[in-house]
Amino acid sequence: MTTADVGDTQAQGAPDAPPGFAERVMPLDPYQVELEAIDVAQPHLFQARQQYAYFERLRKEAPVHYSPSGEFGPYWSITRYEDIQYVDTHHHVFSSEPAIVLQDPQEELPMEMFIAMDPPKHDRQRKEVSPVVGPRNLAVLQHTIRERVCNILDSLPRNETFNWVDLVSIELTTQMLATLFDFPFEDRRKLTWWSDVATARVEPGGLCETDEERREILRECLTYFMGLWEQRKDNEDGNDLISMLARGESTRDMPPMEFLGNLILLIVGGNDTTRNSISGGLVALDEFPDEMAKLRANPELIPNMVSEIIRWQTPLAYMRRRANQDTTLGGHTIREGDKVAMWYASGNRDPEIFADADRLLIDRDNARRHMSFGFGVHRCMGNRLAEMQLRILWEEILPRFPKIEIMGDPVRVRSTFVQGYTELPVRLPA
Amino acid sequence: MPKITFITSDGAEHEVEAQVGQSVMEAAIDHGVPGIDADCGGCCSCATCHVFVDEKWRAEVGEPVDMEADMLEVHDDRRPGSRLSCQIPVRDELDGLVVRVPEFQM
Ligand code: HEM
Ligand code: FES
Repeated sequence: MTTADVGDTQAQGAPDAPPGFAERVMPLDPYQVELEAIDVAQPHLFQARQQYAYFERLRKEAPVHYSPSGEFGPYWSITRYEDIQYVDTHHHVFSSEPAIVLQDPQEELPMEMFIAMDPPKHDRQRKEVSPVVGPRNLAVLQHTIRERVCNILDSLPRNETFNWVDLVSIELTTQMLATLFDFPFEDRRKLTWWSDVATARVEPGGLCETDEERREILRECLTYFMGLWEQRKDNEDGNDLISMLARGESTRDMPPMEFLGNLILLIVGGNDTTRNSISGGLVALDEFPDEMAKLRANPELIPNMVSEIIRWQTPLAYMRRRANQDTTLGGHTIREGDKVAMWYASGNRDPEIFADADRLLIDRDNARRHMSFGFGVHRCMGNRLAEMQLRILWEEILPRFPKIEIMGDPVRVRSTFVQGYTELPVRLPA
Repeated sequence: MPKITFITSDGAEHEVEAQVGQSVMEAAIDHGVPGIDADCGGCCSCATCHVFVDEKWRAEVGEPVDMEADMLEVHDDRRPGSRLSCQIPVRDELDGLVVRVPEFQM
């Protein structure tokens, strides 16, 4: 991931748009625009939840679709499950460099992340950090995570409306990251802050107004982590990420910027995604009350429900690739250098794979086939951690809260990449 | 029909009758062998059908190639005999095959 822009995509005059090009704002109804002119990567469609209507039309009429004009220049949209799987698994043709979002990096940041690297460099770096979120370490972390889930749930207000996103989703995700890094607990919101800064678009009125400002904050992040590293490098039995990296044969001499890149990738990777699956689960169960009833009667469905929630929500709508040679897909020639968006959000609604795909079905028999974690060598490294958190959360919610009232419409994130919520007003009767 | 034995991490042996032409993963799923997730449905893109081929059988089964080799390259639990079972087609010569199922699929 380049640290540039994985959030909003609403600024005008994008740097890599063709000169003289004016973006055409898409109507909410996909049939009010000619097929060739469709440009689904517009944040207002996602905020209004109309992206799915566009995807449905694209899957039917143009599953491999070229948008000549996008905010960040022309790009292909891949919308059928099987085509997406094909692109994701042909990393020799479809490169993850230099970025996994449609916008190219805008600045030279020395920090590098393996999500936006191709093999073999990708493989080396991934292998260094992946054991930290591997099943063996998760077994160790699981007790702490459960304890923290219980504390969060037990401290929620009763009989008053509060924002579930803030008090549950963000808080739990942040505490989980703090657990993973064995990060000083009272400073934990720094992690969320650094993650937000790392993914923020630099713009007036934005989180960071200048590149310099952002670099300063990320430098502060690096300094903080280097301090922890120093403290822990002689710690024989720490199971946290920093101790493991500081001790590891192949990682203890990691250059600082690579260390920072890996840390930021873990913070960012585990932040919005898990947060929005936590909120999304509640939104979905509220929209499909029969499923909530089914869940209460059959709590053993929780693990399958977790996969189904992750499918339904698709916390990251797409990953972008770049063709590094001419190639054909679905009868179209994709040229070397073209940008390709694999719309996981659409693949997860493909009726060829998922019957009645818009519905949440907590006992869906192939829920695990969802593509929210991607496929191939970049498949999400934190998938088991994410599943474990959601499973524990729902195991603890059910016996505690016989009723969860949703007090208003959720507010969606204005982004074509992160599919999530900023507000979800909830009330727990006493 | 070739017989395949899956040994799960608790030591239990599951002998199944496989069909020629299906994959070793499909044989496991058809017979409810625990410990094989196969999230991607057999497209060599999730690595959750990982098995260890018994030493005696490695030569006959062969080594991973192409995408399977790429997937195993980044796998934490890769050991001698590691294969993605969706990429092993069942054939008559594999009658008696023994594979071990890892404790975790990642
Ligand atoms: C429901 C939650 C999550 C979702 C939906 C999700 C989604 C994704 C997706 C779509 C990819 C890219 C796959 C591809 O390009 O084929 C990815 C990669 C990654 N994710 Fe996640 N993720 C989640 C949770 C996490 C967590 C909790 C962590 C870590 C603590 C994490 C760390 C990573 C890392 C490090 C990568 C890069 C892997 C690579 O390039 O090899 N993710 N994730
Ligand atoms: S089933 Fe996914 S790699 Fe074998």
